[in-house]
Amino acid sequence: MEKPLSTNNLKQTFDRRTFVVGAVQGGIGLLLAARMGYIAVAENEKYRMEAESNRVNLTLIPPRRGWILDRNGSPLASNRADFRVDIIPERVEDVEGTVTMLGELLGFGPAEVQDLRDKLENAAGFSAVPVASGLRYERFAAVSVRLPELPGVVPQRGYSRYYPTGPSVGHLLGYVGAASREEYEEEPIPLLVTPGFKLGKDGLEKQFEQRLRGEPGARRVEVTASGKIVRDLETRDDIQGDAVKLTIDGPLQDYAARRLGLESGSVVVMDCLTGDLLCMASMPSFDPNSFSDGIGRVEYQMLSENERVPLRNKVLKGLYPPGSTVKPMVSMAFLKAGLDPEETVFCGGGLQVGNRRFGCWNRRGHGQVNMAKGIYQSCDVYYYHFAQRLGMDVIAPMARRCGMGQTFPLPVVSQFYGTVPDPAWKQEKYGQAWQPFDTVNATIGQGYMLANPLQLAVMSARLATGREVLPRLLLEGTQPGFRHMGFTDDHVHVIQQAMSDVVNGPGTAGRARLPIDDVQMAGKTGTAQVVGLNISDGRSGPWKYRDHGLFIFFAPFDKPRYAGAVVIEHGGGSGAAYPVARDVMTFLFDPQKGLEALHRLEQQWGGTAQERLAANYARYAQEAGIDLPPPPDPLTLARQVDAEARAAATEPDSAVTGAITPRGEANPVAPGTST
Amino acid sequence: MKRAVTLPARLAEIPWVMLLPLFALVAFGAAVLHSAAGGSMSPYANSHLLRFGVFAVMAFVMWRVPREWALWIAYPAYVAVLLLLIGVEILGQVGGGSQRWLEVGPIRIQPSELMKPTVVLVLASYFHTLPVAMIGTWRALIPPAGLMALPMLLVLLQPDLGTTLAIALCGAVVLFLAGLPARWFIGGGVAAMVIAPLAYFFGLQDYQRRRVTTFLDPESDPLGAGYHITQSKIAIGSGGITGKGFGEGSQSHLDYLPEPHTDFVFATMAEEWGLLGGIFVLLVFGIILRWGLNVARAAPDRFSRLLAGGLTATTFFYVAVNLMMVMGLAPVVGIPLPFMSHGGSSMMTNMICMGGLMMVDRWNRQSAPLSR
Repeated sequence: MEKPLSTNNLKQTFDRRTFVVGAVQGGIGLLLAARMGYIAVAENEKYRMEAESNRVNLTLIPPRRGWILDRNGSPLASNRADFRVDIIPERVEDVEGTVTMLGELLGFGPAEVQDLRDKLENAAGFSAVPVASGLRYERFAAVSVRLPELPGVVPQRGYSRYYPTGPSVGHLLGYVGAASREEYEEEPIPLLVTPGFKLGKDGLEKQFEQRLRGEPGARRVEVTASGKIVRDLETRDDIQGDAVKLTIDGPLQDYAARRLGLESGSVVVMDCLTGDLLCMASMPSFDPNSFSDGIGRVEYQMLSENERVPLRNKVLKGLYPPGSTVKPMVSMAFLKAGLDPEETVFCGGGLQVGNRRFGCWNRRGHGQVNMAKGIYQSCDVYYYHFAQRLGMDVIAPMARRCGMGQTFPLPVVSQFYGTVPDPAWKQEKYGQAWQPFDTVNATIGQGYMLANPLQLAVMSARLATGREVLPRLLLEGTQPGFRHMGFTDDHVHVIQQAMSDVVNGPGTAGRARLPIDDVQMAGKTGTAQVVGLNISDGRSGPWKYRDHGLFIFFAPFDKPRYAGAVVIEHGGGSGAAYPVARDVMTFLFDPQKGLEALHRLEQQWGGTAQERLAANYARYAQEAGIDLPPPPDPLTLARQVDAEARAAATEPDSAVTGAITPRGEANPVAPGTST
Repeated sequence: MKRAVTLPARLAEIPWVMLLPLFALVAFGAAVLHSAAGGSMSPYANSHLLRFGVFAVMAFVMWRVPREWALWIAYPAYVAVLLLLIGVEILGQVGGGSQRWLEVGPIRIQPSELMKPTVVLVLASYFHTLPVAMIGTWRALIPPAGLMALPMLLVLLQPDLGTTLAIALCGAVVLFLAGLPARWFIGGGVAAMVIAPLAYFFGLQDYQRRRVTTFLDPESDPLGAGYHITQSKIAIGSGGITGKGFGEGSQSHLDYLPEPHTDFVFATMAEEWGLLGGIFVLLVFGIILRWGLNVARAAPDRFSRLLAGGLTATTFFYVAVNLMMVMGLAPVVGIPLPFMSHGGSSMMTNMICMGGLMMVDRWNRQSAPLSR
């Protein structure tokens, strides 16, 4: 390829190579044109959308949650407007600086700053971490002004869930909170990770989540790259969730919860005619108000360490040996099996069955005992004797028909079945044959038998009315037709009278008599042994070894309208339970009298349940060595479903007429039900 | 000269075929800068036009420069710019940190920019004096390589990889056009392919390496280093065929597009003017560069030929690298788009190139007045 070099040659080379250079340039030019055409035409759609999503920032406005109302239309759960600050962790650039500055702006103590730091460290990144809510406007404004220095911090006006009676409805309603990772994975919609959005975490809040949630609003704004809002494009208001109206009677619920006082237990009251559950109180409880911003470490520790398990809804998930409260039911089984209620057995303080002797609770014996006396004196021998004669196959089906071992069609997260033992059950469960002592145990509600307070209340209602009363929790205003249980009226009267004698006659619960002239309550006491006599006598010693106290009741005894059950865990016997039932029923018929009793007691206990919870928290936090914020101001709304509101409203009526109208139209309704 | 009836002889000598598209492009650039400033002549469009005016005067002064002067000034100019580069280096050492410019009163000079046309000039001059027979020997390669290596080294020290590569490529084009044996270039290409990975791993700064990796996969880091490329592509892509309309570009106005008035001015333009605007810009550059190569081809001697070819390559290098960058075909290197980006240094360099080409064009006309 060697050629002689000359100027001419070089000129030719130059021309050739300029052509190459020109071709390369032209080629690159074409490449650029093609590339641009590809981006601008073929991928136009994609990039147009990306530009739009750059430009337009869609902010969801969390919907106002539907209210949960009691049967009178007063809110058990409402919303209150507040100012809040959240952090979206993945947008935070300098975590430490942000935390420090927020702490200063919001006046946090060192413990709260540490809490926030922990929350951010454990945050999932995608979802908002609540920093503070219920802020005063000045603090809120202070954060808003400094926003440019605080990327990822979202101050907003919003609503927080508010439960006027706090712990009284904790178990029933549950609480709300920001969505967890699992909840988001289950329902991956943007709303769940919107700052300020809360969903139901437990109880009815969870059960009616979709109905209460509502439709989120949306705000479309044009934003710059640094997040500065240029202008509003469009705003769509949120649609508040639907209200859920419960059969619960707010004041009664509050009263019952507070009346349980220092005890660990539950109260169920239902309407015998409709099955409406008027009250499902379970204590000790938690304050759902303080849960909605996430459960604080201190609070959770305090609740979970408590041996009285404040996190368990004892109405549905507390299972107890029903003790002697099953005796009216067993009696009804005997009556159905043809036993003459006047037939007697001699109680000498015990009964020999085979080679074993079963003692009556009354070691001295009851003498001649018929069915009525068996009930009102709670004579165990009577039941031992006839159960041996009539057999467990008579008792177990009756127990089930009365609701034991059953769950009910209620909108609750879970309810426990309990146990109604019979030979087949024992064979399957333990592979052992049924023994005479099993029957003996079952007739007095011990041994394998377990029931929750709701089942006991249903049993009471069914025995009292002779109808298959079904509990319900949603207020429908309809009168359900309950099927007959197939009891004769005579039989029902026998039970009614005997149970009335428990309270009003020579029975075991004389102090349970209602302090109201024309309403007589019927009931049945029960004491459920937790541990054997060799460990504890059931009345003293360590709390967890004491006997459970139970009481089922209905009133008025001859024309049952309300029925219910009270269970006091480790109350040391039925004596702990029936005073509660008496006061709750007193409140139902005469709020003023009921409250007087409650106020006397609360003075001894150191305040209402809510106040004691707050005090407990303060004490607990003190021991943990963490400063606490001052308690929030009491809100006026709280007064509308609390127990006092009813008395204040009904006081004049009851004083004048003396006649009891259990459902007072004077029930307070929240004025101006706006959110 | 047939059409000289319409234009006086002096005016007819002016290369309108390049100048008219250039004016249009600069005006278009000013319009884009007007929009990039949020619909205002200041601060960008004003100074853009002013600078163009000043440098246009300079180009017309160059236009009148005779060939002998240009030959004479080549080496002194090269030495002067080299001294400026050294001055920058010293100032940088004294002031601490890297510095790329010298300040003389209100004017900021970036000597590395000046070096691009100067290297072309000095190489053209060298090959002009190199005997024709020696074009295949070491003397055609080693001294030019030295002339290129010295400024490259200084610029690399600043550190400014983009300009270093620009000087290298402009020089290489001159060598190529000078007729150096083709196998040398093939060998050089192979060597570059071997050296590139080595340079990537050992020679580049961390931030430069990241630019390369994110260029290869911009989506890997959409909010970090890949942000520029991604946002630029969004701007161009969302413009579609006809664009969003003048002053309606959301990407530039809402600050999503980085540097909307300098390096990414093409994306700013494309968002508002669409593919049509892009084609217009490409066409104008095509016309100007084609005219440049024609000037080179028509040149009467080696010096002017190589000078014109090299100057054309210099401008082309700007255009190609910038456009490839904004379209996501090249890593982000800070090279502005000639005549449209807001910035004095690139305007100066490119106007020197244009002035040089006009100068060569005038020489052509003088040596062969009837060639047209």
